Amino acid sequence: MSTVAVEVAPTLPEVHYLNADYGWRSWLFTTDHKRIAWLYLFAITGFFAVGGLMATLMRLNLIEPQGLLMEPASYNKLFTAHGLIMIFFFLAPSIPTVLGNFLIPIMIGARDVAFPKLNLLSWYIFMLAGSTFMFSVIRGGVDTGWTLYTPLSTTYANGHVLSAAVGIFISGFSSILTGLNFMVTIHKMRAPGMTWFRLPLFIWSLYATSVIFILAMPVIAITLALIALERVFHVGIFDPALGGDPILFQHLFWFFGHPEVYILILPSMGVVSELVAAGCRKRVFGYSFVAFSSVAIAAISFMVWGHHMFLTGQSVYAGFVFSALSFAVAIPSAIKVFNWTATMHKASVSYDAPMLYAIGFIGLFTIGGLTGLFLASLGEDVHLHDTYFVVAHFHYVMVGGAIMGYLGGLHLWWPKMTGKLYPEAWARFACLLVFAGFNLTFGPQFILGYLGMPRRYAVYPPEFQVLNVMSSAGASILAIGYFIPLVYFTWSAFKGPIAGPNPWGAKGLEWTIPSPPPTNNFEETPIVEEAYAYGHEEAHVG
Amino acid sequence: MADAHVTAVPVAHQFDDFEQQTNADTFGMWLFLATEVLFFGGLFCGYSLYRNLYFDAFTAGSHLLKVKYGAFYTVLLICSSLTMALGVRSAQLRRRTALTIYLILTWIMGFAFVYIKLRYEWYGDYLEGLAPAVNWAPSRESMEMINHFHAAVPHVALFFIFYFCMTGLHALHMIVGVGLLTTLLIFTRQGKVTGGNYNWVEIVGLYWHFVDIVWIFLFPLLYLIGGRYV
Amino acid sequence: MSEHVLPKKLYFAVFLSLIVLTAITTGVAFIDLGPFNTVVALVIAVIKASLVVLFFMHLKYQTGMTRVVIVAALLWLAVLIGITMSDVFTRHWTEHGKAWQRGSVILPDRSTGSTALRLPGRA
Repeated sequence: MSTVAVEVAPTLPEVHYLNADYGWRSWLFTTDHKRIAWLYLFAITGFFAVGGLMATLMRLNLIEPQGLLMEPASYNKLFTAHGLIMIFFFLAPSIPTVLGNFLIPIMIGARDVAFPKLNLLSWYIFMLAGSTFMFSVIRGGVDTGWTLYTPLSTTYANGHVLSAAVGIFISGFSSILTGLNFMVTIHKMRAPGMTWFRLPLFIWSLYATSVIFILAMPVIAITLALIALERVFHVGIFDPALGGDPILFQHLFWFFGHPEVYILILPSMGVVSELVAAGCRKRVFGYSFVAFSSVAIAAISFMVWGHHMFLTGQSVYAGFVFSALSFAVAIPSAIKVFNWTATMHKASVSYDAPMLYAIGFIGLFTIGGLTGLFLASLGEDVHLHDTYFVVAHFHYVMVGGAIMGYLGGLHLWWPKMTGKLYPEAWARFACLLVFAGFNLTFGPQFILGYLGMPRRYAVYPPEFQVLNVMSSAGASILAIGYFIPLVYFTWSAFKGPIAGPNPWGAKGLEWTIPSPPPTNNFEETPIVEEAYAYGHEEAHVG
Repeated sequence: MADAHVTAVPVAHQFDDFEQQTNADTFGMWLFLATEVLFFGGLFCGYSLYRNLYFDAFTAGSHLLKVKYGAFYTVLLICSSLTMALGVRSAQLRRRTALTIYLILTWIMGFAFVYIKLRYEWYGDYLEGLAPAVNWAPSRESMEMINHFHAAVPHVALFFIFYFCMTGLHALHMIVGVGLLTTLLIFTRQGKVTGGNYNWVEIVGLYWHFVDIVWIFLFPLLYLIGGRYV
Repeated sequence: MSEHVLPKKLYFAVFLSLIVLTAITTGVAFIDLGPFNTVVALVIAVIKASLVVLFFMHLKYQTGMTRVVIVAALLWLAVLIGITMSDVFTRHWTEHGKAWQRGSVILPDRSTGSTALRLPGRA
């Protein structure tokens, strides 16, 4: 960013999407994809705070082997709500609805998404879903775990399963409509010259995510409807006493559930591709491999669901197939990791906050992914199933992966969204804090799980206390690491230095327009000739 | 394609031209139908599992349904699909009167389907004690049929659960479809459809035909299990 | 490109085929073909659905992408049902699974170390 100093100081455009219109109506009834992104940003930040608070309480409780704070029943409700909020109301919408909504039309050179009103409707459906779910939490919550396994959820659970299920059911439709909107936008709204292989990799990954939204969400919707039916009428759909098959529920749930975790990680992978390209000032190595690996992950993710069910009565022969397919999904994931690393090879890597997050992502996702292979092995899973090893594994992917990507993306595009620069030093500090806190929180949990501590318990044998205290200490550092960006982002939105259209010297259509962009994004429809056109200036100079 | 019509239509600001708009709308509807396939798919999956586990019970349950209803609905829906397709054709040719007539015919058949399904068939099943959890008390004739196939009563109830869920979800879609047709009729009357938005008819048509296809599968899967030659 | 005005004749031909196929599928149900009753019924249903999709829904005249969407949806449906069924069909290949299918539980026999079936009384 040293080059900025010799140029004329950047100024804000006079009219942009943030000041084009004023008043609460201009926000709540907006159809501008950029403003809808902000609506989502506020909503999911709220959900993240609630879910994070629950995690903090849980870690606090686990400082003492007998539980510091609460009864086991409250603990059960807490981890259930934490899981459901984080997955359905923070992680799944995070990158697609905030960064995706903001960037997809801009990155492909369109004025808006294909169906702007539907886009706003998705937000309202999302808020309705969130309110319904929070209503069930406030009334007393659910204690089944986020998986809502039957017959626990349909017969034995005393919590408010019904309203929680309704909330998640509704949120599914928000995701379906968002996915549909994105897919049509990417198919039909690309600017002239924006061929499929000139699309930014972020678009590829969100495209793959949308495919999962469209094909997986309806299955969970109908499954939750069956849960509600079974809970109200006790007709025996999942009740073995009446001939029902509880494993059918798990099949239906995980047919959605496993692709769902790729809904959470794929957008983050797309963000990291952009972060690496911008941070290394280089086209991502093996562009088409990275692009196709997104699609491959989306496709294979639908055929691996049974690895969650190795120990629940599923046929062992189906288990063989699921295990093999689960190993297969590691291949496209590894392709991505290797290509990002190869991009950084011999590049002039910047160590600004977005790139730090990207590097953090690559490391943590690799650990999360590789420990997934332990769990995909039929024999190994017997030992590790339902232990803290699983908890650590998916937090490495979800928190170490997905949230690192989300935060990195927010940092990279914050100047575009607000027109202001965030304080770089604070951002780097927060990133390191997040990285350190994260590893301290979840690293010990691998060991705990391997030693045999089961997940979802409010109490544990005293010999596990040291590792649990380490984990809780890490969680407090992590919480501070998440809090700092909230403060400096808010500060910078009002008082931050003006960013100018392209503070990173990055390539891509979003950097060719003013920050913040005008309401219609582009004065005239751009014509695209090349993706990631890095390296041309140097060539001209040389 | 008649240019006069194209220029008369307002194109939403995010689209470059009318063709892009119609293509996007149609493609969006197809994607939505893909979602619907999986939405019904969850029920079909459960159905397949229990049908394989408890084939006798499903056969017995199927014999307790009346084939004449199933066949009648199938014919009714095929007729409505024809009128819907002809309606789309009239919209393409900007024939407002013909379009109105076809839409009304489709509407009537759709409404008749829902009415007969709920008022006569479902209510009849309910009265016969074939509605699990609500009124589950199979009559003596029903029990004879169940015993004839050596089926367990709870498993027959499971069949009826799936019968009510699948036809219920289908009927829900029919109700939405009838609502869409009503809206379309109002727009046609206002001249909005033949004024250029004929694509709306195509889109509602896609939905309508999809719901018809679901029934095409539901008919043999629910009403004809194990044949009727006994 | 959405302007594919098909002749009315075609629509009526498709309609007639659908009606005839409905008659056949209903009629065949009254003839004993053993397991092939199901097969015939499903094959006819697939033919009818294809007719509706191709002609009434104009898929025949749509771009390739629309076909990909339909094929993908059906493929995913096949994955959902197919793999779930593969579990159900192979569960009884092992003793534990077989016992489960019968609605019973297996308890390890502590004296011999082998597993023995214990069938709970069922209503």
